[in-house]
Amino acid sequence: MSAPVDVKTLVIDGVNVSGSAGQTVLEVARENNISIPTLCHLDGLSEVGACRMCLVEVKNSPKLFPSCVLKVEEGMEVTTASDRLKHYRQTILELFFAERNHICSVCVANGHCELQSTAQSQGLTHVRLPYRNPKLDVDASHERFVLDHNRCILCTRCVRVCAEIEGAHVWDIMGRGIDSMLIADLHQPWGESSCTRCGKCVQVCPTGALSEKSKFGAEHPKHPEFLPYLNMMREGQ
Amino acid sequence: MNLAPPPLPSDDKRWKIVNGTMRRHGFARHALIETLHTVQSSFGFLDDVAIRFVAQSLHVPLSQAFGVATFYNHFSLKPAGKHTCTICLGTACYIKGADRLMAEAEKRLKIKAGHTTPDGNISLMTARCVGACGRAPVILEDSELLGLVEPGVMLEQLERWAAHD
Amino acid sequence: MTSEELLQIAEEANADREASDFEVNVCVALGCLSQHSDKLKDTLTAEAAAASPRTGKRCHVRGTGCMGLCAAGPLVRVGSAADAGAQTLYAGVREGDVKALIESLGGKPVERLTAHLDQYFRGQIPIVLENSGYIDPEKIDEYIGRDGYQALIKALTEMSPQTVIEQISKSGLRGRGGGGYPTGLKWSTVAKAVGAQKYVICNADEGDPGAFMDRSVLESDPQRVIEGMAIAGYAVGASKGYIYVRAEYPLAVTRMTSSLRDARRRGLLGNNICGTTFAFDIEIRLGAGAFVCGEETALIASIEGLRGQPRPRPPYPAVSGLWGSPTLINNVETFANVAPIIRKGAEWYASIGTEKSKGTKVFALTGKITNTGLVEIPMGMPLREIIFGIGGGVPNGRKFKAVQTGGPSGGCIPEEHLDLPISYEALIDVGSMMGSGGMIVMDDTSCMVNVARFFMEFCMTESCGKCIPCRAGTAQMYQLLTKICDGKASHADLDLLIDLCDVVKNTSLCGLGMTAPNPVLSTLRYFKHEYMEHIDHQHCRAGVCACGSKPLSELSQAEVPA
Repeated sequence: MSAPVDVKTLVIDGVNVSGSAGQTVLEVARENNISIPTLCHLDGLSEVGACRMCLVEVKNSPKLFPSCVLKVEEGMEVTTASDRLKHYRQTILELFFAERNHICSVCVANGHCELQSTAQSQGLTHVRLPYRNPKLDVDASHERFVLDHNRCILCTRCVRVCAEIEGAHVWDIMGRGIDSMLIADLHQPWGESSCTRCGKCVQVCPTGALSEKSKFGAEHPKHPEFLPYLNMMREGQ
Repeated sequence: MNLAPPPLPSDDKRWKIVNGTMRRHGFARHALIETLHTVQSSFGFLDDVAIRFVAQSLHVPLSQAFGVATFYNHFSLKPAGKHTCTICLGTACYIKGADRLMAEAEKRLKIKAGHTTPDGNISLMTARCVGACGRAPVILEDSELLGLVEPGVMLEQLERWAAHD
Repeated sequence: MTSEELLQIAEEANADREASDFEVNVCVALGCLSQHSDKLKDTLTAEAAAASPRTGKRCHVRGTGCMGLCAAGPLVRVGSAADAGAQTLYAGVREGDVKALIESLGGKPVERLTAHLDQYFRGQIPIVLENSGYIDPEKIDEYIGRDGYQALIKALTEMSPQTVIEQISKSGLRGRGGGGYPTGLKWSTVAKAVGAQKYVICNADEGDPGAFMDRSVLESDPQRVIEGMAIAGYAVGASKGYIYVRAEYPLAVTRMTSSLRDARRRGLLGNNICGTTFAFDIEIRLGAGAFVCGEETALIASIEGLRGQPRPRPPYPAVSGLWGSPTLINNVETFANVAPIIRKGAEWYASIGTEKSKGTKVFALTGKITNTGLVEIPMGMPLREIIFGIGGGVPNGRKFKAVQTGGPSGGCIPEEHLDLPISYEALIDVGSMMGSGGMIVMDDTSCMVNVARFFMEFCMTESCGKCIPCRAGTAQMYQLLTKICDGKASHADLDLLIDLCDVVKNTSLCGLGMTAPNPVLSTLRYFKHEYMEHIDHQHCRAGVCACGSKPLSELSQAEVPA
């Protein structure tokens, strides 16, 4: 027996769609094969609305809304692709690329990187901004995995999967602003931390920041799709 | 979940003060910042031992506690010098020449803002506005507020501190 | 406590006051305290006591809160205890002046110390600051003696929560923290929200550099804030309040701590307040130095013991705030307006100000201006009157260039807009904003590109780092502004800067990022020529930037950078 569903009808990119109350615009759009780019969002994790890639326009509002947390409402008219949004998404991608070091050709995630594929899908051809190249550490202290801060985009998927799914909360972010940095425990080498070695963080990392040792490029596809399944099985219990 | 609280890191009496703050808040997780304030004021800085002790007592993940400790300006992970010269860099002070004060202080102490002289005597810090804009530019000599500061006045104090080394 | 008991306390407090022939009020708020006004107060007390047997006059020396004109401190106001309005204000009082000052009581004022400040006080309407400088902030009975807590008793015994909210709505009061959201509307949203537990939070994390009105209120009249919060608690159905105060304001924290204790002792906080079923208490939470905590959701995260990072809204804190409960957040000055509105009525309050911006606003007048300090003016007063009338204009014969309002979220307003009557809308129209009330005057020795860079550095170091436009965008904009200041930028760099302003403004997660480009946009709007001089001629007309300044003769030959 399921409870009666409160259905909301709305328009996304001119298409009439419907969703149930409590669903997000992103969910309903994807159910209807309308693609909205995302980086920090991952099915099965809590939402943070931080990467701003999924911003959409809502009619009669001057503000843009992150579709990953925007709940569907009756009569809503949403635009997910416009020249303005395209420009914003491209510039945000430029900011990501210029923030640290993302030279695809020498990256373990080349070909399996969500930052790379999103840049391609959004038609980003070049970066106008100067690369900051902060020369950050690579932490190879873990017996199985490597953390390369230079490739990290601070999406916090690893922080969330470790805290919410694995229940270990080994990862978090230290500092703030442009100096923010992923840390294990008390800013210790990963290998000396309380890591359970489950590897979930590596699987959900969208870039080459977290990777398995001795794997490269094509050998290194990631499989974050286990998450919704895991959640479903837990809720079923 | 009923984990035993960790033992005090040492018999330093200040840990009891820290514990007191946590007890007053029922060892609730949300007491993290209040407790770090107590550590900061009792010890002058937060080291790994302190953060670990507080985190374990409040059942806060270590990385989360470290993330909080490094997020806020007020907490410092390193001990400050014997004396601290804090130059306010708020807007009113900036308009009234706080940058000149900073340049002079950096030149005299041969350190950058946020650092302590190698002998551990004087720390040079910045403040984001101490709310005394009516008397800009202001500095704090240790915790004493000085208004309408001319570089000479500040340098004299730095000399006095340096002499008492 | 009943209304009668309150009146009795008030009468006793006033009788105490009038038992003295004279009073000497010494400002012991931060500004004057930095000039050792506490020691001055002790000397005055000793001198008054020594003189009393000889003169036969009783004199009460009192430490009070801020008297407004911080730059002229230490300030002392003396005169008849029965007529506070006719007292004489002395400025720059030193230990050596004490004898003369006490001697003069009842006779001619000491001319050389008298502050001639009619101009400074002309046009000011003290509501928020009505008690500042008149009461000892650490004595709750002195607050009660000046009608304190009458509003709370009136609300609890004569008004329903709904009527309280109606009064606040009708008064036209809007959030004094910057945004200007209608206070009544916010209160009614929280009142309507469903939740067994609700919270009232006072944002006293005054983060705007150049603004210190909240500190002054907390130090000078703390009970007023407590009363405002209690009335809010009654109106929205909350039993618990938090005051989130900056750790950088130790004096405010001390005063607030003792004031909360006094209010509890008097039965004005706690259970069964004024014999009703209303229960309300307040705890202090220390801010730890993060400008972003001015953002409601970040402030809530901080009270919960987390990194002060905002989260996307909706849901708004009014519906889901502290620990998921409906939460009302207002700033210090907003709460400080509540008691007078309830006491004197919404119509009275709404009669002050402009059509959409009612009441008064406290500004911290600082920078290159003769009279620096706190002023409380009715909304609608033209900027020119504040700066050149009350403020006494720009000193040292320099030329006015701009006035900065709204802190790092605001903008710089040039001479041409000085006749603008102050209101939330008018300030936004000219590319700035009300903000929390910092008003920093700049003369021709300030470079507007450098000022924009100063604010961008502020935003960059205060960015929480959660969302990419603010985290990396402010860093990129700061780099570009530095390049311009150094005289190394091209026109393409300027275009890029303008583009980034647009992106960061529209895509950032919270107010910090959304408004971070404002200082750049407003200086570009009014002072683009200064940007072009840096870019085209490596010339900084104020002579503060690294690119240096050039004599006019050199500039006249159109130089084009390679």
